[in-house]
Amino acid sequence: MTEQIRQMTTWLAAYDGPDISIMEVCGSHTAAISKYGISGILSEKIHLISGPGCPVCVTPSAYVDRLIELAFEPHTTVVTFGDLLRVPGKTKSLEESRADGASVEMVYAPMDTIRLAKEHPDRQYVFAAVGFETTTPVYAWFVDTLKKEKITNVRILTALKTMPPVIDWLCRNGAKVDGFLAPGHVCAVTGFSCFEPIAKKYRIPFGVGGFAAEELVVAVYGIARAIESHRAGREITFVRNYYPSVVTENGNETAKELVEKYFEPADACWRGIGTIEGSGRLLRDEYRCFDAGSEGLIEDFKRNQACRCDRVLMGDAKPTDCPLFGKVCTPMNPQGACMVSEEGSCHQYLAFHRTR
Amino acid sequence: MRITMAHGSGGRATGELIDEVFASRFSNPVLSQMEDAAVVDGNKKLAITTDSFVVEPLEFPGGDIGRLCICGTVNDLLMRGATPKYLTCGFILQEGADSKQLVRCVESMADTAKEAGVIIVAGDTKVVEGSGGFTINTAGVGFVPEGQQISASNCKPGDVILVSGTMGDHHAAILSSRLGINNSIVSDCAPLGEMVKTLLEENIEVHCLRDVTRGGLATVVKELAERSQVTMELDEQAVPVSAQVRDFCGLMGLDPLYMGNEGKLLAVVAAKDADRAISLLRSCKYGREAAVIGSVTDEQPGLACATTVIGGRRVLDVLQGEGLPRIC
Repeated sequence: MTEQIRQMTTWLAAYDGPDISIMEVCGSHTAAISKYGISGILSEKIHLISGPGCPVCVTPSAYVDRLIELAFEPHTTVVTFGDLLRVPGKTKSLEESRADGASVEMVYAPMDTIRLAKEHPDRQYVFAAVGFETTTPVYAWFVDTLKKEKITNVRILTALKTMPPVIDWLCRNGAKVDGFLAPGHVCAVTGFSCFEPIAKKYRIPFGVGGFAAEELVVAVYGIARAIESHRAGREITFVRNYYPSVVTENGNETAKELVEKYFEPADACWRGIGTIEGSGRLLRDEYRCFDAGSEGLIEDFKRNQACRCDRVLMGDAKPTDCPLFGKVCTPMNPQGACMVSEEGSCHQYLAFHRTR
Repeated sequence: MRITMAHGSGGRATGELIDEVFASRFSNPVLSQMEDAAVVDGNKKLAITTDSFVVEPLEFPGGDIGRLCICGTVNDLLMRGATPKYLTCGFILQEGADSKQLVRCVESMADTAKEAGVIIVAGDTKVVEGSGGFTINTAGVGFVPEGQQISASNCKPGDVILVSGTMGDHHAAILSSRLGINNSIVSDCAPLGEMVKTLLEENIEVHCLRDVTRGGLATVVKELAERSQVTMELDEQAVPVSAQVRDFCGLMGLDPLYMGNEGKLLAVVAAKDADRAISLLRSCKYGREAAVIGSVTDEQPGLACATTVIGGRRVLDVLQGEGLPRIC
């Protein structure tokens, strides 16, 4: 640990001013915070709150149900990352459906689907394209490859979401947050400037953070100091970049162009929150032939009425506040989406015995 | 040659396969009797274990299923302080398996058995339908010296926790190989006999030994914390991880503490012997990067935790859900 980092951790541990709540909106941040024990080194007056930034967690039940329906169609295989397998649909998950005979394959990269499709030209493949701005360019590239290679037996079912609209929604709906730890991977694609309009509109500090222990300390310290200065009435820069090795102001232009070419903004349904205008993306009309019916998947069925995932996703409750946490709801038997993904806040709190 | 169902018939083809592939390479006085069961000497306390090997791919950087199936079983015996002696092996060959690849793996098995000081005294071959791979089961017997108390429930407050080298190499090598990622990470697959023998012969007060396989270091220390009803406290920065594996983990979003190894042991020793134990481990072929990684306390029985790079504390639990399947 360098002297500079040591000074920051000392300040963060000794802070005794008014309470500060910082929301990390990215699931990878939630995971890294647990992994490095960041909450434990902070003063009791500084709170880290997990937001709706795990793409698997915010995917509504209707999306899972549509995948299951496709996986039972004749000669059709649904291809997915492992995270999505256990996400509950209305009655079943993909994993449970697979045991009932649905055709579901797990891959590590979307491009593996193309290999499968070439090996089995008589089968139809549907890739479950779930993600934020970080993964959307990969799906754009995927569709680009399908088009260029004239592959006709692969489609995608999208549940693509964008960060700024949901953060705007949180601010508009009174989330009790004093500052945001902005998602480093998203900003690598979009550039940190995408958060400037919201930061200025709601006058709330944002800090883009990396994922290593020291990068997180730098970001949390920077955001806390910005909140302090802002409260004291001093002028501040509302969006600060604490991840300059990866993030620039305007991001990755090539990735953004590819996304713009294939996808257009659309309304999207967030599990536990509902539909937020313009918070998602769908394939543009001219490329809809690659879509497996992604539009209108807005039903969001709550499997267990006591589940508090909706409030956890809004930063309004901690996983440990939920009566099901760790008892009825566990990673092997998740009742809500936050327990399913390794990046979900409930999963993280349980796996790392986090209490704060 | 391709393996066909005839090789599993029990008739002539089976006999030829056994003679040509297995018997010549595993040859020893017990096996060469070709009886229905091996009869061996022994009137000591025995350690017995069995393990099935289903790794994919069959050959990977740093090893293959043959080396793995000897190391896995031998290492399990060693972790009870036993001296491994006899192994049996069962081959389940899939129709279409390539006999050249089979021979390479069998040769590797024979070499590793020799290195580990064990002989293969009995075996079996079956052929099933499939896509041309094969799996191997090995069972092993070892002799346990009188008074040996090494056990998962024997960690004591005040003890020091050591590992014999870098974490995550096997897991990272298998995953790289499966994903077609070119790097120079190789599996650590190795028999741990030299290290165990050295520690015991030099009278190090060893309370517990574990080979750090599937589930990784975190899973092992959590299990020991529960079995011994102690707190296992690691210093995350002291855990050896090679720069390559660390970068690979960063890229893939993996955690070296939860990655499997096939040639690394964790030893819990009395504090007075810790420095000597480290020097001894480092003098062994597979222990050059041995390190002290933590200590045992009585703070909260059943708890395993690690101090992180920024001084935070991280609770370690057993691996949740599935890790990478078919790594051994």
